[in-house]
Amino acid sequence: MASQAKQGSQKMQEYQDMASQMRPRKPLLKNALWAFFVGGLISEVGQGVEWFFMQHGLSAKEATPPMTVVMIGLGALLTGLGWYDRVVKHGGMGGSLPITGFANSMVAPAMEFRTEGLVLGVGAKLFTVAGPVLAYGLAAAFVVGLLRLLITGGA
Amino acid sequence: MAVTRLGPSTYQFENIRILAAAAVGGPKEGEGPLGAYFDSIWPSELKDHASFEVAERHLLLEAQDLAVKKAAVPWESIDMVMSGDLLDQLASTNFAGREHQRPLVGLFAACAVFTEALGLGAMAIASGGPRNVLAAAASHHMAAERQFRFPIELGYQRTPTAAWTATAAGACLVSGSDAVAGEGGVSVESVTFGRVVDWGSKDPNDMGTAMAPAAYDTICRHFEDTGRSIEDYDQIYTGDLGVFGVRLLSALAQKDGKHWDERLDDCGRALYAIDKQDVHNGGSGAGCSASVFSGFIYNRLVKKDLQRVLLVATGALFSPTTYQQGESIPSIAHAVSVRRL
Repeated sequence: MASQAKQGSQKMQEYQDMASQMRPRKPLLKNALWAFFVGGLISEVGQGVEWFFMQHGLSAKEATPPMTVVMIGLGALLTGLGWYDRVVKHGGMGGSLPITGFANSMVAPAMEFRTEGLVLGVGAKLFTVAGPVLAYGLAAAFVVGLLRLLITGGA
Repeated sequence: MAVTRLGPSTYQFENIRILAAAAVGGPKEGEGPLGAYFDSIWPSELKDHASFEVAERHLLLEAQDLAVKKAAVPWESIDMVMSGDLLDQLASTNFAGREHQRPLVGLFAACAVFTEALGLGAMAIASGGPRNVLAAAASHHMAAERQFRFPIELGYQRTPTAAWTATAAGACLVSGSDAVAGEGGVSVESVTFGRVVDWGSKDPNDMGTAMAPAAYDTICRHFEDTGRSIEDYDQIYTGDLGVFGVRLLSALAQKDGKHWDERLDDCGRALYAIDKQDVHNGGSGAGCSASVFSGFIYNRLVKKDLQRVLLVATGALFSPTTYQQGESIPSIAHAVSVRRL
């Protein structure tokens, strides 16, 4: 039994080099521009919502939580209608990064695993996409919080 | 009926015919350039079924049933069903078997399973075993996305080399009964079983690169064992190398001084209008080669547009677990030579 890894590691390397030379490239500039404008548009909408709450008597600080709720609701709604995946298809990170993208990453598995029931389906699979972001996001927050405490003291 | 061993991996048959073939596809496949060759096109991806998994099962059953009906034989005359799909535990194949109640041989070779079934079926018949074998395979875009990638509604960007799993199924009724001997029809000439080839590709969004060396290996050994060359075939169809994979396969042949360009095509590339249907590298999935052969290629053979075709279904043998554990993607290709009599 001749393991093929031993036979032709050079041949394999040549092949991989050839493949990476011939491989169609990602349209980086186009993707970046789309991400900028889609992400920017979502942020503008968020800003508009925040202004709306400020018009109705909330301070800038107070207006942030209700704005977040509205944007998450909007992301969830667009996901439910089957539109948000198209936003990200063109917008890339411009669609994934804003809080609407977070809503998408929660609602999509919820819809998907409904067929496996409410407990082992939706309940267990709800965080399959957002889970790592939450876990490491919280871990990072603890570290940053600790550093802040050490550097600037209490208060 | 007889089977001859031509070489280390190739077996040749006598008097093995395809009695009938049927292909069923989803709406996107129906809109593609091969839409007219499908026996049935579903109006939606679900067609009122409760889940994508149930839909895939019925896609397979429908193709199997249509092939049996087109051959005008009773289901009871099917001695063996050889079938495969991509879902865990071969769910579609096995649950379809719960319905059709014929002896079932479930096979797994990822997207290469259709030619594995066709070749094994022909070999079983030629060895004097079963008389009628139904060879089939299916895949469903949404069910595969769920299992191998992300939830359907999750937004993400596909890379230019990513393949689009076809919602499609194909089935061929292979027979060796004396009633069909004589002129006419399409015969299964020989099969070359592939070995596992892994040249170190790791990107599951570029399975063309992972599978092209396997296709090349199998085609070369087929030629070696049969003493043929590409000129002996009107067309070689790989399973789902896609636009980029076929270019790589061509380049591999070119490196060895062989010019395969003109006679090389790919089921995944043929199934969709690549530019218009947003499928990037082209179609993939067990049902891709199964449906393109059972619909398009088989029909062209019957109409005598083609005399002899080598169908080389290609499969990437990774699982989400092996990928996450950093393993490269082993691939396999099985080749079946089919000829118009």
